[in-house]
Amino acid sequence: MTADPSQRDISAEIEALHAGPAPARQPILSFTPYRSSTLRHPTRAPRRVDPEGAELFAPVFGHCDVDPLEADLTIRHGGVPIGERIVVQGRVVDGDGRPVRRQLVEVWQANAGGRYLHQRDQHPSPVDPNFTGVGRCLTDDDGGYRFVTIRPGPYPWRNHHNAWRPAHIHFSLFGTQFTQRLITQMYFPGDPLSGLDPIYQSVTDPRDRERLVAAYDHDLSEHEWLLGYRWDIVLSGPHRTPLDAS
Amino acid sequence: MTTPGQTIGPFYGYALPYRRDHELVPPARPGAIRLHGTVFDGAGVPVPDALLEIRQAGPDGVVPTVDGSIRRDGTRFTGWGRAGVDPGGHYSFTTLVPGGPVPFFAVVVFARGLLDRLFTRAYVPGPGLGDDPFLASLDPDERATLVAVAEPSGDLRFDIRLQGPGQTTFLTFEGTP
Ligand SMILES: [Fe+3]
Repeated sequence: MTADPSQRDISAEIEALHAGPAPARQPILSFTPYRSSTLRHPTRAPRRVDPEGAELFAPVFGHCDVDPLEADLTIRHGGVPIGERIVVQGRVVDGDGRPVRRQLVEVWQANAGGRYLHQRDQHPSPVDPNFTGVGRCLTDDDGGYRFVTIRPGPYPWRNHHNAWRPAHIHFSLFGTQFTQRLITQMYFPGDPLSGLDPIYQSVTDPRDRERLVAAYDHDLSEHEWLLGYRWDIVLSGPHRTPLDAS
Repeated sequence: MTTPGQTIGPFYGYALPYRRDHELVPPARPGAIRLHGTVFDGAGVPVPDALLEIRQAGPDGVVPTVDGSIRRDGTRFTGWGRAGVDPGGHYSFTTLVPGGPVPFFAVVVFARGLLDRLFTRAYVPGPGLGDDPFLASLDPDERATLVAVAEPSGDLRFDIRLQGPGQTTFLTFEGTP
């Protein structure tokens, strides 16, 4: 039986993969330092296809689907959650820079102590009775979204010995076509754990990787109330068919 | 520059699923069928932490663009649904069979251990499939992974294999960098 790999082992694997010939702009699905990927990445390349039919339409969400209060994760549970109150806001645009309007954005995250309200999270850090870490909103006419929340804590995981995820917020996004569907994670600037994290480092092109990091924006911070972060999201596509490309 | 994807991770289960997320129509509705199956890893073991979404046309072949997928009122067919797998890796949607010349369900798969989403299609079995140029361009074994299996009950079964023998044919779309 072999011991769990150390962070040093994992970091050496990451470094070797980053030295590879072509930096990857999307995560490498077979990124071995992320051990859970071993049996869960396709080994045959995807087939390239023109999107058609339902693929050309994103699902539609409306005000009947989302309560505006769902965008404030700090007010939903009767009391005030523990931690550093922040606002995260930005725009969702497509590959042509056009705003994605009135579309659903979903977020979920750990609390300030790095604990998820999930029964499989066994991290011995307290649950906060006033924080579930789940939010939703619809983008506005400029593609803008805004969540008020608590800065999540880093948390341990079992990828290797002494493995810690950098603080992050999970984001779920839709575009104007089904083909633009995206689930990703937003990280915080200057986090010393990001360099050690095989999930973040699975995007081997540094410029694309940095697109996952929000910027501290003092203009979004509010006097004696909260700190502001800005994070813009660029979806792929639109994936036009040759017929639409005029 | 496109924002990269990241894994859905292990803890989406209290955040993304919601009541009746997988019921595009109520089970009692005339014409309702199940689209269901199991997600397997490369060792043939069911994946207990995967989430699927589908987008589809209605029986008339038209893709609906109406809201109401989250607060389902039982009358509107929005053509979109979400289903987390159970501990046995099994998912199930209640829906209508899409219409049109070569109908399929557009499918997207997320899972812990999967660093970015995977797209595929679940075609409705039928005589028209032979005429489809995309399906015709595939090897028979690749093509077979994209066609749902009709069950005697009228339900459709569509298993997903992330890796290994019989790996599902996943898709990337023209226009993707
Ligand atoms: Fe997480």
